[in-house]
Amino acid sequence: MKDTVVSRAVPRAVNWNRLEDDKDLEIWNRLTVNFWLPEKVPLSNDIQSWSQLTPQEQTLTIRVFTGLTLLDTIQNTVGAPTLMEDAITPHEEAVLSNISFMEAVHARSYSSVFSTLCQTDQVDEAFRWSSENEHLQAKSRLILDEYDATSSPLRKKVASVFLESFLFYSGFYLPMHWSSRARLTNTADLIRLIIRDEAIHGYYIGYKFQRGMERLSEAERQEIKDFAFGLMFDLYDIEARYTEQLYDPLGLTEDVKNFLHYNANKALQNLGFEGLFPDEACRVNPAIMAALSPNSDENHDFFSGSGSSYVIGKAVATEDEDWDF
Amino acid sequence: MSGLVFFSSRSGNTRRFVEKLDLAADRIPIDETEAFPDIRAPYVLICPTYADAHGRGAVHRQVIRFLNAPERRALLRGVIAGGNRNFGATFAQAGGVIARKCNVPVLYRFELAGTDTDIARVKAGLETFWGQECSIPA
Repeated sequence: MKDTVVSRAVPRAVNWNRLEDDKDLEIWNRLTVNFWLPEKVPLSNDIQSWSQLTPQEQTLTIRVFTGLTLLDTIQNTVGAPTLMEDAITPHEEAVLSNISFMEAVHARSYSSVFSTLCQTDQVDEAFRWSSENEHLQAKSRLILDEYDATSSPLRKKVASVFLESFLFYSGFYLPMHWSSRARLTNTADLIRLIIRDEAIHGYYIGYKFQRGMERLSEAERQEIKDFAFGLMFDLYDIEARYTEQLYDPLGLTEDVKNFLHYNANKALQNLGFEGLFPDEACRVNPAIMAALSPNSDENHDFFSGSGSSYVIGKAVATEDEDWDF
Repeated sequence: MSGLVFFSSRSGNTRRFVEKLDLAADRIPIDETEAFPDIRAPYVLICPTYADAHGRGAVHRQVIRFLNAPERRALLRGVIAGGNRNFGATFAQAGGVIARKCNVPVLYRFELAGTDTDIARVKAGLETFWGQECSIPA
């Protein structure tokens, strides 16, 4: 056999019974249990509701969804695969392959909404719009620049968490807004499935980021932290303008921006950092919060006497075999 | 004022929440081979939520093992649960599950590592809560 053949690196066969990091199995299990396809959601029940939106509202909705499709496409084809190259454990690579595929499911599901509710020419116009929209293109470029192979593993993870936990939310706001007004409620159900997945993705990649940070010197950690906050500022700047362009006509811009601040802070927390925006700037419209977490008793606070004194989860399977009582 | 006990996995959100409270707190170890803290006084438990889409597995196995001991369970007075509203109806569900199993109130729910508002509310709330506890004759 020739030397060149012998020297080729062969990956280790993944052994799920020998874990180096318990989080890999925990997240693998969460993601696989949560698996779904858009065909499970009865989108056609939204046809009547769709017809009651004004042409302007329809155009906005389709455009927002093409913007979200672009982010999912980037994460599916570039983001998750590039993180695989930096994986510390073979199980991490397997989890990232699940993340990559689910991003393809998300991107595909917007087209299910389109084919159910919209005219082909409306959709084609919106995809053209997204490929030409300066803000959408600018934020995509900022993320893709970090995904380049030359970027450091930790910078890639920062970019990935910001995409998963921050950049989607200027778009997610709209279906939550419609849902709070009893519009497009099935589409909102589908979006909530995507939101749930992205929350796990942001949490997991943020967790791996924190593991990586532990290996660095204090000076190196500070450098990465400065980079992260700098990138957040740059992305926020673009998001603010994108938001104004989309939502000014509906008078919703300030409401959306509060939602962006709230999610920016959560993205930073996924990386183990403190939030950037003060709490006063993160007061999200309660109707949007209720649309995000229906049935979760939004205002429960025993200390201040609001809500019921005992919150009992609704969709619960509490009988875990580990309980002894 | 009485005790706090918390669990936090290596992602550290709940640990950061507890650190910001700046109150003495005992940690339930992540590693199953490590000993649980020796609890002798009433306490409030702070823990995150791990529920899947069906609400299963909301409470971490180490928290369940900690509460399985009747002497530790008897001292539990309330639960504060972490979570993420993006998980919809299962947000902070560990709190509801523990409340029902142990017959104690869910005192508060927060997201990830909490906000400044959460910290202020929980600090003030705990102070009032323990004040009421102590005024009840044994």
